Amino acid sequence: MDRNISYAIEADQLTKRFGNFTAVDHISFQIPKGKIFGFLGPNGSGKSTTIRMLCGVLTPTSGTGHVMGLDIVKDTERIRQNLGYMSQRFSLYEDLTVEENLDFYGGIYGLGKEIVNERKKDLILMASLDGKEKSLAGSLSGGWKQRLALGCALIHKPQFLVLDEPTAGVDPVSRRIFWEIIHELSSQGITILVSTHYMDEAESCDITGFIFNGRIMDIAPPQELMAKNNASDLEDVFIMYVEKVTNRKVSATFKEMRFLHGGES
Amino acid sequence: MRNGYFNWKRFITIIRKEFIQVKRDPISLRLPFAMPIVMMLLFGYAVNTEVDNISTVVFDQSRTQESRAYIDKFTASGSFYIAGYVTSERELSDAIDSGKAKAAVIIPSDYAKQLKKNNEPQTELIIDGTDPTTARTALNSGLLVSQFYSLDLKNGEMKKLGMSAGKLPGVSLNAKVWYNPNLKSTRFTIPGLVGLILQNITIMLTAFALVREKERGTIEQLIVTPIRSPELILGKLVPYVIIGYSGFLFTLALCIFWFGVGVSGSVALLLLLGFLFVYCSLSIGMLISTFANNQMQAMMVMVLVLLPSILLSGFIFPREAMPIAVSALGYAIPLTYFLDIIRGIMLKGVGISFLWDDVLALYLFTVFILTVAVLRFRKSLD
Repeated sequence: MDRNISYAIEADQLTKRFGNFTAVDHISFQIPKGKIFGFLGPNGSGKSTTIRMLCGVLTPTSGTGHVMGLDIVKDTERIRQNLGYMSQRFSLYEDLTVEENLDFYGGIYGLGKEIVNERKKDLILMASLDGKEKSLAGSLSGGWKQRLALGCALIHKPQFLVLDEPTAGVDPVSRRIFWEIIHELSSQGITILVSTHYMDEAESCDITGFIFNGRIMDIAPPQELMAKNNASDLEDVFIMYVEKVTNRKVSATFKEMRFLHGGES
Repeated sequence: MRNGYFNWKRFITIIRKEFIQVKRDPISLRLPFAMPIVMMLLFGYAVNTEVDNISTVVFDQSRTQESRAYIDKFTASGSFYIAGYVTSERELSDAIDSGKAKAAVIIPSDYAKQLKKNNEPQTELIIDGTDPTTARTALNSGLLVSQFYSLDLKNGEMKKLGMSAGKLPGVSLNAKVWYNPNLKSTRFTIPGLVGLILQNITIMLTAFALVREKERGTIEQLIVTPIRSPELILGKLVPYVIIGYSGFLFTLALCIFWFGVGVSGSVALLLLLGFLFVYCSLSIGMLISTFANNQMQAMMVMVLVLLPSILLSGFIFPREAMPIAVSALGYAIPLTYFLDIIRGIMLKGVGISFLWDDVLALYLFTVFILTVAVLRFRKSLD
């Protein structure tokens, strides 16, 4: 148990197989405490599987992982107590009010009534949900739902926050507010793992990792990644990695769409 | 894998949340009261295997005082209702073909003459056999009516001759029907219906409870919290135990006050065992919800469970009449045991000493199903 816990997340040869299919293939990385780790990769690349293993929901086939120094297989109970999780589906109870959703998750994490009431006030302010305490979660618009889901994930003051595509389908203004909150949380020492398809979001992370076909392609601060690949933005880096692995130009597929132009060229 | 303990705080949090959700879902609240009313009225009146007032036509070729006395005996039995008189074989067969009459009595023209000669005149009873239940009643009643009438006639003649029938040997059977002396089929159907309705409501309520979390994706959020599967499953059950039990009390009240089927045995015992059955059915619903991923699938699995329980539990069709293999299947259905219990207590008035095996079976079923549901749910998390 004598681990160096200066790292918030440590993965060592982490692997997950489903039958013959290897979803995550011997990945290793370390994320220091208090950093925002942007997890990038195309759909089906193994992002969610990795996240689920780190949350202690999926058991790895082989390899080890530690979150806040806790083993992801043996200490799942303690990991979950220190973990905030929010998915792109904003899994709220739509037939419960804003307040009742927060109360519910407070109770699930075993918090006392006074503590919940106190934190609830702060979280409602943070999510600018004041005045909407008694509204049903189902009646909120996308941005508000997203911030309420974040509030529910934070009610037990986790040291580690996992956000699985948290801004999918949310308008730009809400996205901006959301990321301001993320940076604020990070400055308070919370380690954040966020997966996203938005490259502007990825560029504002402290560290970004590319995963493709279950393997980590590269992991470094975004500026380093861009400099290393002589790219002007992360999107180019992203596409370069995909092309390198598939040996196929991503843009080439558009040339094959000649039938759209009636084959004149 | 997760070493922890049962956390009451989390358990109570789940219960509180379920209560709020039920409160905001009008269907969950109304179902336990609407369903008994509809089902009780439908089944209570439709499932009636007693047949009386079978419409009958009479082809009386004798037209005498004697033949009319004979016909009166048919009417007096209550099983037959004289719908009319016909004057030809043709008319008679038309009446039966058209369904106007289900039975016909034919009295020969020499009926009175033969009686006077101390012969036995041959009468005929024609029965429409398309519906065996009606036909069987008509046949039995017709035979009884004729036998008793002819016995009366013989006794009368013997008295005239100065003899008493008491001097002739014979067996007199004194039949007594226990528990339901008037053989009213509602006394059999209605208590069974209480069990069936109770089962349907509770399975339906819980089958949807967990599936809804899957459909809305809230389960995904719950999985990453420290909540443990027994806390979640048992916590979700509690509000439905209360709703299901209220439904049971309401159905029982309908049974007693509307249909007049009282409880012969211990009411307290019935209320206690009703609680056990509510819990058992709720567990079945919980188990279903671990299989189904959406409400549509849950509905289909539910039909798979409910239909055999109607057919095999002995709710309508006597289990004694089934082939052994089929009736053995009935033992896999908790409703079978509860029907034994509720009929035993309500009709026979028996106590726990006669019902302990049913109670034990029901208890084991509940524990088994609930355990499987909790284990299956824990597995589905991984």
